[in-house]
Amino acid sequence: MKVSYYPGCSLHATGKEYDQSMKLVSSALGIELKEVDDWSCCGASSAHSTNFDLSIALSARNLISAEKDALDVMVPCAACFNRFKMAEHHLKADKELKTKIEDIVGTKYQGGIAIRNPIDIIFNEIGIDTLTAKVVKPLTGLKPVSYYGCLLLRPPDVCEFDNYENPVMLDKMMGAIGADVKNWSYKTDCCGGSLAISKTSIVVDMCDKLMKAAREAGANCVVTACPLCMNNLDMRPSRGLKLPVFYFTELIALAMGLDGSKETFKSHMVDPRPLLKQLQLI
Amino acid sequence: METFLEEVNKKINGVPLQRCYHCRKCTAGCPVASHMEYNLNKVVKMIQNGKRDEVLGSSTIWICLSCETCITRCPNQIDIARMMDVLRQMAIEEGVGAREKNVLKFHDAFLANIKMGGRINEPLMMVQYKLKSGDLFSDAVMGVEMFMKGKLSLLSPRTKDIKSVKDIFEKTKHS
Repeated sequence: MKVSYYPGCSLHATGKEYDQSMKLVSSALGIELKEVDDWSCCGASSAHSTNFDLSIALSARNLISAEKDALDVMVPCAACFNRFKMAEHHLKADKELKTKIEDIVGTKYQGGIAIRNPIDIIFNEIGIDTLTAKVVKPLTGLKPVSYYGCLLLRPPDVCEFDNYENPVMLDKMMGAIGADVKNWSYKTDCCGGSLAISKTSIVVDMCDKLMKAAREAGANCVVTACPLCMNNLDMRPSRGLKLPVFYFTELIALAMGLDGSKETFKSHMVDPRPLLKQLQLI
Repeated sequence: METFLEEVNKKINGVPLQRCYHCRKCTAGCPVASHMEYNLNKVVKMIQNGKRDEVLGSSTIWICLSCETCITRCPNQIDIARMMDVLRQMAIEEGVGAREKNVLKFHDAFLANIKMGGRINEPLMMVQYKLKSGDLFSDAVMGVEMFMKGKLSLLSPRTKDIKSVKDIFEKTKHS
């Protein structure tokens, strides 16, 4: 299948491991990516926290650009995904707002393309069976907890993603590539998001709580689909509580034995290579 | 003249806050409730009671992470997360500012960075934030380590049609 691809700012910077592994996995699973033409930032938390019209207009500019390709737009970053779904929700529900935003952006918004996260595309379009068939190196011994965070799931009527209290798509995907996924109650708890820089101590508390829970569940790593969660979980927990954190695409690429799949591990703040070596996965 | 409650309801443009029966489910699920001076349902009650200055001047509205757990679990579908956005925007527009100054300074730096290049340049954005907040040294060691690992790129590509982005900022400027 062919999709529009909106990487977003993080995937070209601190989340580049997600971009690199996303491209490897997409190519191997037959998902052709067409990058959204001249995209800009979605506005993230800073826009919607301070200026509603700005937040909708910044996302609308990108949705309008993506519409030119007339394909589903794949948005790996959970935060960008959430902002796009939120903009779509408001633009479809409020005609007056739609007119106002079209005037601000200077183009018409059609609302005809689906906004999708790669978890949904791989799970529902490619399918677990196809994924399983492509595994050459099952991730035996790897015990991740799946961490979905907030922005893929909430609010549920806007995100239309998975069970919002107990999502399972990521868990099933990790099971399909041979990992021993641990169950836990913190799949959708918040990591502290955008307060990491301005109220760091709160975020340290939140990440510590998550890491303690992951350890209690018997996990030896955490798997995520959000570059903000990745940054916070990889950097903010207190010494002694940290665990390696992976993007789900990095683990799929590793299990599929794709060329270049080991390249992204070296830029993690918590180096996952000792664990992977110990399990003879690299 | 509109009451504070009417004004907030109009801006939320959804389920009115009067629908709240104070079951406190929002507060029970809020991951940062323990860091807030007023619990979420207390904020709803304060709006109902017209406590404009106390609400807009509170730290609570800036501690909210917009994790959307409150709206997800509210039995009356009251959009508390949207309410927080509305209150923050009112505090800015009315010149009250932010009780949690660095939170707003971070947002300002982030948005200034988008306006400049269309996309976030993380190292530059951090410099903009640090100059605004005066918090020069926290995370410096981590920043160096990130740079060494190649996580921070100084020359990331920008949006080519930057005028279209600047126009959006111009047309949505706070009145």
